[in-house]
Amino acid sequence: MEGMLAIAVAVLTSCGVFLVLRARTFPVLLGLTLLSYAVNLFLFASGRLRLDLPPLIRAGARYTDPLPQALVLTAIVIGFGMTAYLAMLALRGLAESGSDDVDAKGER
Amino acid sequence: MQVHAPILPILVPFLAALLQMTLRQRKMQRLIGLTACLLLVVVTLWLTLLTDDGLLRVYALGDWPAPYGIVLVADRLAAAMTLLTAILGLLALLAASAGFDDCGQHFHPLFQLQLFGLCGAFLTGDLFNLFVFFEVMLLASYALLAHGGGLARTRAGLSYVVLNLVGSAIFLIGLGLLYGTLGTLNLAHLAQRLVLSGGDQALARLALMLLIVVFALKAGLLPLCFWLPHTYTAAGVPVAALFAIMTKVGIVAILRLQALALTPAIPDLLAHWLPALALATVTLAAMGMLAAARLQAMAAWLVLLSTGTLLLAPAQASVAVDAAALYYLAQSTLVSAAFFILAGAIAEQRGEAGDHFRAGAPPANWLSICFLIVAIGAAGLPPFSGFVAKVMLLAALREVAGATVMWTVLLAASFLVMIALARNGCLLVWKHQAIPRPWVRPLPWTTTTATLVLVAAGPLLALAAEPLAAYAGRAASQLHSPGAYVASVLGQTPRSAHR
Repeated sequence: MEGMLAIAVAVLTSCGVFLVLRARTFPVLLGLTLLSYAVNLFLFASGRLRLDLPPLIRAGARYTDPLPQALVLTAIVIGFGMTAYLAMLALRGLAESGSDDVDAKGER
Repeated sequence: MQVHAPILPILVPFLAALLQMTLRQRKMQRLIGLTACLLLVVVTLWLTLLTDDGLLRVYALGDWPAPYGIVLVADRLAAAMTLLTAILGLLALLAASAGFDDCGQHFHPLFQLQLFGLCGAFLTGDLFNLFVFFEVMLLASYALLAHGGGLARTRAGLSYVVLNLVGSAIFLIGLGLLYGTLGTLNLAHLAQRLVLSGGDQALARLALMLLIVVFALKAGLLPLCFWLPHTYTAAGVPVAALFAIMTKVGIVAILRLQALALTPAIPDLLAHWLPALALATVTLAAMGMLAAARLQAMAAWLVLLSTGTLLLAPAQASVAVDAAALYYLAQSTLVSAAFFILAGAIAEQRGEAGDHFRAGAPPANWLSICFLIVAIGAAGLPPFSGFVAKVMLLAALREVAGATVMWTVLLAASFLVMIALARNGCLLVWKHQAIPRPWVRPLPWTTTTATLVLVAAGPLLALAAEPLAAYAGRAASQLHSPGAYVASVLGQTPRSAHR
C-alpha cells in the first residue's frame, strides 16, 4: 500500500509541476489542483498508514493517528478556496485581455 | 484580563471584519475599521509593555496544554511585530479612507482580515497554525491586490496567487515531513525533539529546509523574488503600504526558526547559502531602483532591498546582529510604507505624469520636502533612522565571517540607491514642463495625515534610537534563549515523548 501511495503522490506531483509550468491559466489551474491532491495524500500518509483502524484514542485500543486527518481537512478547505479564487482571477484576466496567456500584453 | 492579552491582537481585527460584513454602508465600515485599528494599536502596545518584563505569555486555546493544543506565544519580538503591524495598518487604512476603499466591494473586511492573519502569524507557536494564518493573510492580500481593478493588477495578482499556492503546497509537504519524522508541529516541542532525535535527522533537515524556502519566497529572497516588484507596483497605494510588512512575516519566521530550532540542533543549515543570496538580493534591488520608471516601483524595490539586508542576519545566529536587524526591520518597514503613500500623493498632484519619472507638473512644496526626508531615510544617509539602522547593522556584522564582502555590497548598494533617488527626485521635483500647474484635487486630510505621520517616523525613530535599540537588544536576546521558550510553552517539566 505504501508503494502505491508513493507512486500516486509522485505521478500527481510531476503532472502538477508540468502543468503549473505552462504559460496558460487553465493548465496552471489544473496543475495546482493536482499538486494539492498530491500534497493532501502526502500529508495524510505522514501519520503512517494503518488499515481498518479508527482515529480514536482509547486505552488499550489500536488506533490510527487522527492529527494528519485534521490537517488534511484544513488543507483541503484552504486549497479549495484558493483554487476557486484563482479561477475567478483567471476568468477576469481572460475577460480583460482577451487571452488566457499568463504574460498577455497589456498596460503595465 | 492579562491572561488573555496574547489573543486580543487576533480577536480585534477578526471581530471588526465580522461586524463590517454585516454593516454594508461605507461610512460605517470606515468608522469600524479605524476604531478597530486604533484599538489594535492600544492592545498591541499594552501587550508590548506587558511582555517587556521578559516573561513569555503562553496562551493555550481552549485551555488544551501544549503540545496537544494550539498555543499562542507572545514574547518581545512577537508583541513588537504586532505593534508595528497595528501602526502600519492604522495609517494605511487612513490613507485608504480617502476614496480608494470606494473602488470596490469588501475592502474594509478584507483589510481587517489581513491584519488578523498578520498578527496571528507573528503570535502563533505552532507551525500548522502558522500555515493557517499565512493563508488567511494571503487570501486577504490576493483580494486586496486586485482591489480597484485593471489589467495590471489582474496580471500581477495571477502570478502572485499561483506562486503563493505553490509555496503553500511546499509548506504543507514540509509540515507533513516534520510531523512524520518528529511527531509534532508545536514549535517548542519540535525544538526539543530536534535536539534529541537521532535517526531521521536527514528528513527533518529536508523538511526544515522546505519551510525556509517557503519563508524565503514570502520574504522575496533572490531566486524567488521576481514576483515582488511588479506585484507591489501594481497594487493600490494603501494596499502596497500595508504589504510592506508582509515580507517581514517570512523574515521573522526564519529568524524564529533559526534561533529556536536550528541553532541548537542544526546550526549549519543556513550559513553556506543564505548570506550569499541575501547579498545578491541587495545587489539586484539596488539595480532595480536605478532602473525603476515610477516612484511606486522604486518603493517596491526598496522593500526588496530591506529583505536582502535583513536576511543577512539569520545565518549569523548572533544576538547583536539580530538586535540591529530588528531595529532595521522596524525602520525599513515604516520608510517603505511612507515611500508608497508618498508616491500615491505625488502621483495625484502631478496630473497626467503621475509618479512616472518624466517632466510634469511639480508636486506641492511640502510633498517635495517629505520626499527629501523619506529619500534620506531610504538611502541610509544621516541624520535619520536609515543611517542609524545601517550603522548598527554594519557594526554588528563587523565580527562575522565574510564581513568585508557584506560591508562592500551594503555600502555600494546604498550608494546606488542614493544616486537613483537623487536623479529621480530631481526629475520629479525640479524638472517642470513649461505649462501652468493643472488644477488638482487638494489632498484629503486623511492622506495628508497618513503621509505626514509616516514621513515623521524616520526622524522620530532616529530620535528614539537609544531606547528602541535597547528594546531590540532585549528582544533579540530573548529570541536567542530557546531554553526559556521551550520551558514556558511545555511547562517546567517537559512531558515524556509521545508518538
